[in-house]
Amino acid sequence: MMKKVIKRAFLDTLPVMAGYLVLSIGFGVIMQSKGYGILVPLCMSVFIYAGSMQYLAIDLLSGGASLIATALTTIAVNARHLFYGISMVGKYKDTGKEKPYLIFSLTDETYSLVCEGEEKDKKYYFLVSIFNHSYWVIGTFFGALLGTVANFNTNGIDFALTALFITVFVEQWLNSKNHVYAIIGVVSSLICLFVFGKDSFLIPAMILITVALAVYKKVGAKNE
Amino acid sequence: MNNTYIILSIAVIAAVTLTLRALPFLIFRSGNIPNFVTYLGNTLPYAIMGMLVVYCLRGTDFLSTTHGIPEIAAALSVVILHVWKRKTLLSICGGTAVYMVLIQFVF
Repeated sequence: MMKKVIKRAFLDTLPVMAGYLVLSIGFGVIMQSKGYGILVPLCMSVFIYAGSMQYLAIDLLSGGASLIATALTTIAVNARHLFYGISMVGKYKDTGKEKPYLIFSLTDETYSLVCEGEEKDKKYYFLVSIFNHSYWVIGTFFGALLGTVANFNTNGIDFALTALFITVFVEQWLNSKNHVYAIIGVVSSLICLFVFGKDSFLIPAMILITVALAVYKKVGAKNE
Repeated sequence: MNNTYIILSIAVIAAVTLTLRALPFLIFRSGNIPNFVTYLGNTLPYAIMGMLVVYCLRGTDFLSTTHGIPEIAAALSVVILHVWKRKTLLSICGGTAVYMVLIQFVF
């Protein structure tokens, strides 16, 4: 039983492994090249564990951004994690002593794996979370250690994460009859992307999605 | 390099990120989850995955030399492969391979 869960969790996280290793090695390499050594990037990957934010942090640290500016940037970039929490409150309800770690390690990619379908074993949640986190930390370590990327041209391999989200999106679409929620997500995001631009559309998109879902709940309930 | 500044900055980012991740769990402690939150919990995964796809492709520049063709072709490959075979790994590897070949050798 345990073996089966480990195998399933590991296989499910393989796509994340591909994307995470590339992005975290890249992160380690850049940090090393900027003179931060191994310990600083490693600590960031262990304790922050948020991909795009860590890349942004390189600029913030180098530019000497104030702590308040850093905090506000983090809120703007990572506010989407509020959504993951809201949709996992139920599923993570009875996860016991693993719960704090499950909440800490709820990244985009981990969320895309644990949010799918029916409620799963809490061991599965824990293993997926810790596997993904390890890929991120291991990649950072080797990136910072080696300082350069090997000869293999990895340009574009980070598309693996985009492909992961598209795959989950399609899988959910095929598994459900009501596509309104998926459409609300895409259309709201596109509208906000065009209105607010690519650097600041996430928070408006989150608000618009919530409002659209609320409106749909009211209208939908009336029609039933 | 100022070590205190680096440590404090990392601590701030880590603390804010963790707060954002933990806040919903702190607000809606088990037992009394409001109806609307349960509704969001059931429907958000569909909407957020759409948002994440847009988020990942937000940098696609249709006016650049590639006109966004690698992104569109690779994304379509993922969709087609997945509808056809429904094997997650195959869809992801196939789409990523298409993207890498296009940006490295074609454009």
